[in-house]
Amino acid sequence: MPVYILNINKKNQEVTADADTPILWVLRDQLNLVGTKYGCGVAQCGACTIHLDGEAIRSCSMPISNVGEKKITTIEGLSEKGDHALQVAWKEHDVPQCGYCQAGQIMNAAALLKSNTSPSDEDINVAMAGNLCRCGTYNRIKAAIKTAAKNS
Amino acid sequence: MKKSNNILNFNRRDFLRTSAAVGGGLVLGFHWQSCNSPEDIVSMPKEWTNLNAFLKIADNGLVTILSPNPEIGQNIKTAMPMLIAEELDVDWKNVIVEQAPLNEAEFERQVAGGSQSIRQGWVPLRTIGATAKQLMINTAAKQWEVDPSTCSASNGVVKNDKGETLAYQDLVKAAVDMDIPTRVVLKDPKDFTLIGTDQYNVDISKIVQGSPLFGLDTKIEGMQYASVLRPPAFGQKLVDYDDSAAKAVTGVTQVLKFGDKVAVLANNTWAAMKGKKALKANYKTEGRLEDTAYHDAEMMKLLDKPTKEPARKDGNVKVAFAEADEIIEKVYESPFLPHNCLEPMNFFANVTEEKVELLGPIQTPAWCQSRVAKILDRPKEDISVMMTRMGGGFGRRLYGDFSDEAAEISQLGKVPVMLVFSREDDMGAGTYRPAIKYKFKASIKDGKMTAYHLVGCGTNAGSTVRAQNFPAGAIENYLCETHNLETNITTGAWRAPIANFLAYAEQAFMDEVAAACKKDPIDFRLELFERAKNNPVGRVNEDKVLGYDAEKSIGVIKLAKEKANWGNPEAGVHQGFSTYYSHNTYVAEVAEVKMKDGNPYVDKVICAIDCGIVVNPLSALNQVEGGVVDGIGHALFGDFSFTAGKADQTNFTNYRMIRMEEAPKVETHFVKSYNDPTGLGEPTLPPAGGALANAIHKATGERLYKQPFVNQSEVIG
Repeated sequence: MPVYILNINKKNQEVTADADTPILWVLRDQLNLVGTKYGCGVAQCGACTIHLDGEAIRSCSMPISNVGEKKITTIEGLSEKGDHALQVAWKEHDVPQCGYCQAGQIMNAAALLKSNTSPSDEDINVAMAGNLCRCGTYNRIKAAIKTAAKNS
Repeated sequence: MKKSNNILNFNRRDFLRTSAAVGGGLVLGFHWQSCNSPEDIVSMPKEWTNLNAFLKIADNGLVTILSPNPEIGQNIKTAMPMLIAEELDVDWKNVIVEQAPLNEAEFERQVAGGSQSIRQGWVPLRTIGATAKQLMINTAAKQWEVDPSTCSASNGVVKNDKGETLAYQDLVKAAVDMDIPTRVVLKDPKDFTLIGTDQYNVDISKIVQGSPLFGLDTKIEGMQYASVLRPPAFGQKLVDYDDSAAKAVTGVTQVLKFGDKVAVLANNTWAAMKGKKALKANYKTEGRLEDTAYHDAEMMKLLDKPTKEPARKDGNVKVAFAEADEIIEKVYESPFLPHNCLEPMNFFANVTEEKVELLGPIQTPAWCQSRVAKILDRPKEDISVMMTRMGGGFGRRLYGDFSDEAAEISQLGKVPVMLVFSREDDMGAGTYRPAIKYKFKASIKDGKMTAYHLVGCGTNAGSTVRAQNFPAGAIENYLCETHNLETNITTGAWRAPIANFLAYAEQAFMDEVAAACKKDPIDFRLELFERAKNNPVGRVNEDKVLGYDAEKSIGVIKLAKEKANWGNPEAGVHQGFSTYYSHNTYVAEVAEVKMKDGNPYVDKVICAIDCGIVVNPLSALNQVEGGVVDGIGHALFGDFSFTAGKADQTNFTNYRMIRMEEAPKVETHFVKSYNDPTGLGEPTLPPAGGALANAIHKATGERLYKQPFVNQSEVIG
């Protein structure tokens, strides 16, 4: 099995895995970074969203062999103390119900705010379209994104 | 504040190990699961004292409260401890909440289901808190050598009439040895300082930082991940299989047959899933391989058959129909629906000779323990059940088929097992919301509805009707019947069972009758509720006249009407109304639909709710919205069909769920009340589909008779 050196949350990690292993499972099973979730495995729900060089991608559909030298950021690495503007806004708006989709929502929203510091409702709808929330917290997610945008 | 690495650096095994010792005594370790971030806590405790199964008090005044019920996102993990903390009279900022394990001796009804946790926990949990508070008072009084009646307590401190004080943390060790008070007085709701206030989700820090919380996050030394191959269609049985390719997958350690299923065990999830995909299995058909066309045809036949015994009968609908000016008859149809909790089914089991450890997302831990005891032929005392936070329940996790499988596999494989369902496994595994059809028939005479006949037919649905609910008692001639079509497709409770489709059908039909009577939809319903309230027709049974509180129904209807400015919406807004009583809570909703490019979409839903006291308004609003979005989403998009016993929809690529863009704004109004609280997990879902359908009619002139609405593209676009 090939060995990979991955840059994850600013640290280099050595991982041994089959080339086709989605980075999602490497993170969860080998590196104990379970914040990134499995929801569908086919890039339809967004629960597995991480950043590759700051861009949001669905880690369930990204094989480890395609990562290369790109820097991976997971929810655990989004901030040092859980104080990213989105995480603070998420708390302010008490967004979660079951909470399972929320890390993916936050990661996706973080990528949006990097490229668009003042998104409109329409911008948010489009950017977040790939993130399912089975519990229906969409309105609070949107409100939290807008709050974070203001406070970033 | 200096951070001690010892305490903040929890490892995952500690996370999973219970810290709730039963009975009194010192507990030295503790688990940091507070909603407070460490910076908020003034000092670190040196030791904890167990007061009872629910409560631990630290030497610095921190209080750990166990939340007894399983958490599925309904946030009783915050609300149930609030009930205890209110009566205990401690500062919520000092409270740390932990999930209780299954313990039938100490905790009642550890179930997430029926929207009953707060309603049934209301008095018992407050009593726990009040008893502990009285215990503190008694302990302080003893030390002061005064009568307890001269003392009072608040904010974690007992005070006597001389102004002397003793904090709970300075009393708790002595309190453990005192007699437990048998008579306590609960607070008057008007004196609440915590219940009724907005409180944040106790797990929110962990959720937004991606800390381990869910069953799927479980990591226990030595565990093997299991992926199970189940028969691909309902009606099929396993004949044989070839596991050579599966065993060749790197990481796969065992392949085990159990019943008609084959489990692949591996060192990691991906290998287990790959191994399962590499299995080659042969199946034979036993019984029918069913199609949706078959279900539809058989159910339609049954809708026309009279039943031997109706669910309820008042007056004589036949005569009324014969004398009618007009008859309206409509059929409403719904598909099966998978639950699709975002966290797929999973469970951990470790079966050894000494004990059986079960851990995972389960809405019914006690039932799980009984069932596994039978399956493994072990006494219940050998079996522990710990509950993880669940990535959604919706009724799916009431049924622990996955816990049974995990236990069987662990026993067979002689290894701790982490069973994981893929999304395809999850959607194909059954226990669906049953497909149901309703035929409504009403007669109109002299501008009034004179008879109402409902026949329901479901697929393994039990009774498809709520015969004692509105409009029973409001109509002279009423007949309610139900049929069942047996199927080999497995079904189960799905959020607001039966009501989740019946309410839409009933309320959409009510609008058609209202129109035939030339009445405003709300006025039409109010008249019926007034009749039920003032001069009810028939009765439920010897003890009860009406199966619902018509006064409360009228209350929410009028509130919704007022807040929605009914009949006078803004330009371009089309309003539709619906009301439904379920799970002890009264709800009325007005959906507001607008048009875009010639197609209707739901912009906003206004809800009026009577659920008595609202324990945590911040969280309650979230539940209300969640129920509405769920109801709207499935009414619009949920489509699930069968071909030769196999579901046509297998993942989110071919099964549509509501997304942010489609979710309506939700505006919520609670009836101000000091009545005991009733639940919110389910009640706002049932009325949503009907309000939406009625609003779409207002916007387009078209009626919708089938869910999902999106399939009626001539209406929806």
